[in-house]
Amino acid sequence: AGAGGGGCPAGGNDFQWCFSQVKGAIDEDVAEADIISTVEFNYSGDLLATGDKGGRVVIFQREQENKSRPHSRGEYNVYSTFQSHEPEFDYLKSLEIEEKINKIRWLPQQNAAHFLLSTNDKTIKLWKISERDKRAEGYNLKDEDGRLRDPFRITALRVPILKPMDLMVEASPRRIFANAHTYHINSISVNSDHETYLSADDLRINLWHLEITDRSFNIVDIKPANMEELTEVITAAEFHPHQCNVFVYSSSKGTIRLCDMRSSALCDRHSKFFEEPEDPSSRSFFSEIISSISDVKFSHSGRYMMTRDYLSVKVWDLNMESRPVETHQVHEYLRSKLCSLYENDCIFDKFECCWNGSDSAIMTGSYNNFFRMFDRDTRRDVTLEASRESSKPRASLKPRKVCTGGKRKKDEISVDSLDFNKKILHTAWHPADNVIAVAATNNLYIFQDKIN
Amino acid sequence: MWEEAQTPGGSASAVFPGLLRRSEVGLGRVPETFAEVRGKLPCAFSNASRPVNRIVVTKAPTACWNRGSPLPRLSCGLRVGLTRRQDPDNRSLKDTMFARGLKRKCVGHEEDVEGALAGLKTVSSYSLQRQSLLDMSLVKLQLCHMLVEPNLCRSVLIANTVRQIQEEMTQDGTWRAVAPQAAGRAPLDRLVSTEILCRAAWEQEGACPAPGLGDGHTQGPVSDLCPVTSAQAPRHPQSSVWEMDGPRENRGSFHKSLDQIFETLETKNPSCMEELFSDVDSPYYDLDTVLTGMMGGARPGPCEGLEGLAPATPGPSASCKSDLGELDHVVEILVET
Repeated sequence: AGAGGGGCPAGGNDFQWCFSQVKGAIDEDVAEADIISTVEFNYSGDLLATGDKGGRVVIFQREQENKSRPHSRGEYNVYSTFQSHEPEFDYLKSLEIEEKINKIRWLPQQNAAHFLLSTNDKTIKLWKISERDKRAEGYNLKDEDGRLRDPFRITALRVPILKPMDLMVEASPRRIFANAHTYHINSISVNSDHETYLSADDLRINLWHLEITDRSFNIVDIKPANMEELTEVITAAEFHPHQCNVFVYSSSKGTIRLCDMRSSALCDRHSKFFEEPEDPSSRSFFSEIISSISDVKFSHSGRYMMTRDYLSVKVWDLNMESRPVETHQVHEYLRSKLCSLYENDCIFDKFECCWNGSDSAIMTGSYNNFFRMFDRDTRRDVTLEASRESSKPRASLKPRKVCTGGKRKKDEISVDSLDFNKKILHTAWHPADNVIAVAATNNLYIFQDKIN
Repeated sequence: MWEEAQTPGGSASAVFPGLLRRSEVGLGRVPETFAEVRGKLPCAFSNASRPVNRIVVTKAPTACWNRGSPLPRLSCGLRVGLTRRQDPDNRSLKDTMFARGLKRKCVGHEEDVEGALAGLKTVSSYSLQRQSLLDMSLVKLQLCHMLVEPNLCRSVLIANTVRQIQEEMTQDGTWRAVAPQAAGRAPLDRLVSTEILCRAAWEQEGACPAPGLGDGHTQGPVSDLCPVTSAQAPRHPQSSVWEMDGPRENRGSFHKSLDQIFETLETKNPSCMEELFSDVDSPYYDLDTVLTGMMGGARPGPCEGLEGLAPATPGPSASCKSDLGELDHVVEILVET
């Protein structure tokens, strides 16, 4: 991933987001298998991968600029679809293993083929996605339809020639990394050395080599000797974008630990410990739950990292462990509703967050199909909605506002009217351009900046 | 053993060592039969007058679990689960429930409500809210062990919340201060809004933080409860059935129950569910409360302050959908429709 720069307009970060595309079924009845569970751009941004609860991966490819069809510039169309994971049954524990894709991470491209890692709760797979647009014809030993020819009937030899064919995109599993996790995998992260990657579950983090599937190294283990003493789990982990020996992992208690693999084989002792002191005036029984970090992402520069907890997004300077340098409120109006959100389990929703290419803006999701964007330079923030209503081609997105009390203005929506089933947990930002992908249950929305 | 336990005045603690006093989990009137509970299910969302925050456990005494591994007889536990089919005794759960319900029959619904309203005015709303949060958390913890594979992060967070509540209740003495005669008459309808619970504990009790209040504070709710409960004590001779020896044991077993929960998570063996519940101080669970809780708060409950939180078509989060399916399935089994 490139550091900084990107395709941001020179005039600053005044985004004007417009609807570009929406993928997915329209009907109200959402099949559970169609619910999108992860969204990820590749390193160039030309490919956009989504994983769903049914274990499928759908990859979209950006159309090349075409003078004859100027309006389709930058559109994403289906490139490849494949079944990555199947439901499994663990016979020892009599438990089903969900096929839901928890995370997809692309590998940097090294040849014509594309590689990505996809994982469910227990197994990580390396997929190779390759194109085939030529076909050999004129074999000696077999007919055009594949039937073997009788060798005694061959009287002359010929050299097969390559002929063009319709583009076919094939996905094949090249590696399967299995049986290394007792608990549910929540994160995978490819190292900057492009040879290793980490996978994290609730209590352990393992280090893998992409070529070796029968062995992985456990680098973090927070499982207590006595499970009765368990009070904290790992919620997310990520490698530093440039320093291949550094990674971070976040916990359910709102802490982030930065570890250096050079210090010891087992990184149980952190190098840095990031925790914001709790504000005693806002303490409640839900304080710990809402402090639980659901996502951690390094900035492209590697200088900062961002964490998402239930109500806010925090930006941390890696050089300062005592508190974040920025805190952005996502939906503070929910603070008074925490009991209800606890009751209906929404308080356990895991929202993700992402940086833009130049690290000047951050984005995260909320409820009612709202998502929030924060401009770090201008300190402005905006709430936008991913909905079919505002889905006219190149229509500008209108900022939304939630009314927190008192008189509700026109166009505002009151907190009590929010739809908590419409949650945007997964969002992705193109690594260079101002193109964003927002997953709303079973629909994938793509928005572009008008200036772009 | 079950019959023994139902004798009023019998030493329940021997049989149910880990059982909390009913009062301590905010129990209210127990429905006569499971059919009564079941019949209320469709109306659960609309009926605001009945106390919605009680939870009634449906117990099923069975000798054996599935998979042919005989386990100690269940002393108490939430008999809501897939194992119903594998119950070799195949005793009709409904029959058992009916028998139990009879003994616990409450006399006079009207007096209930009056007493309840009187009690409401005297008991701290914060304590009520805290109690209901505790109940809710315990339900969540127990339910999540019936799922195929519990979400460890969620379980840990809920368990930590339960511990926090328990610690606070221990600190300000309410954990043991509630007298046995209280018998769970703490009325839980007309709960005030969420904000009270969500505000810091010491804000509720006044200027002094909770540890500073000590006995001075705990006398309040206890003495307030007494007039309410003494009037109702005669109506619940069977409440002594659920008494325990002492608060220490109670707390110990409470800790133990949390520990067992994590052991269960570790092994993930269905048979552990029985062990988990064997001496867990589980409150009674009203199934419809449980179900409506899963339905996303579309009914007036402990978080009554927020009326329209659930959308017009209430639906649990995607992760709850399987829970709901399970519960529907379970209710059907229990009612044997």
